[in-house]
Amino acid sequence: MSSKVYECIEKIGNCIIANKEFLTELDREIGDADHGINMARGFTEVLAALDKESENIGEVLKKTGMTLLSKVGGASGPLYGTAYMQAGKVCAGKTALTPEDGKAIFESVIAGIQKRGKAVKGEKTMLDAIIPASEAYSAAIDSGAGIGEALDAMCKAAEEGVEYTKTIIATKGRASYLGERSIGHQDPGATSATFTMQMIRDFFKG
Amino acid sequence: MVGIVIVSHSWKVAEGIHDLVMQMAAENDHIFAAGGMEDGSIGTDAFKIQEAIEKANTGDGVAVLADLGSGIMSAEMAIEMLGDEIEVRIADAPVLEGAVSAAVTSTSGASLDEVIAAAEEARTVSKLS
Repeated sequence: MSSKVYECIEKIGNCIIANKEFLTELDREIGDADHGINMARGFTEVLAALDKESENIGEVLKKTGMTLLSKVGGASGPLYGTAYMQAGKVCAGKTALTPEDGKAIFESVIAGIQKRGKAVKGEKTMLDAIIPASEAYSAAIDSGAGIGEALDAMCKAAEEGVEYTKTIIATKGRASYLGERSIGHQDPGATSATFTMQMIRDFFKG
Repeated sequence: MVGIVIVSHSWKVAEGIHDLVMQMAAENDHIFAAGGMEDGSIGTDAFKIQEAIEKANTGDGVAVLADLGSGIMSAEMAIEMLGDEIEVRIADAPVLEGAVSAAVTSTSGASLDEVIAAAEEARTVSKLS
């Protein structure tokens, strides 16, 4: 029997693997055409490396992060690796999560990505999806919304974040070499981050 | 002697720079390349970099020269994973020219600060004058 946390990572991994071509195509427009290939390779390794039965959420997330770090290759390796390891720290020893844990995970993940990528909101990166998603999620939880409603708000904000990345110039990563020519294209990292959040929502709303 | 690690997305680039550097620093056996992924594809691998830093270290510290974006991020992760046991610094320098300057300076017995400074000076050296 596989654990819930494994099933959630599997759902995210399968979505990323299924969108390998799409993500790579987005990256071909404004980057080095490897985002989908790299992320799919990373998650294939993650699904093979994880203990399917482990219910230790912190351990599973940490292992996911370590594997992405060593197998992805592009900037998304250290960035997603950091994100999952930061989430793992918040979940250390836990076998279940509360809506409040979700807020703490977001906080830790965002701090980790910002430190690693030295980016802020508005630079056409994954943070343009993750930061608004975090704000929408926390606001919903704080106002007494149920987890389903909060996860919907999170995804809506992330999707709007992806749309927003089309309107701005990239100043971080390989896309920054393109300057104004990066306008009109959505950011691949913001897109894969949004897929991740959509899968988390679908998993919890099951 | 200060160790040097050359990081590139491409193992060919990292090995090629290593070859070039060794022409200038043949007696220095603390210079290592950490390029590409485990399977040889393009990318950087924090664990591979960590291993190279450990090999390059003689106790006098290690200077890391890296190419584009994630080369720096992976090097930073490698350094964090090593903790405080080895003094490691990333030079803010072009990888090839910086590696040559760093290697020559290290071979002369300089400190980590001096090696990093020599690598970073490579940023402003004009090639045409």
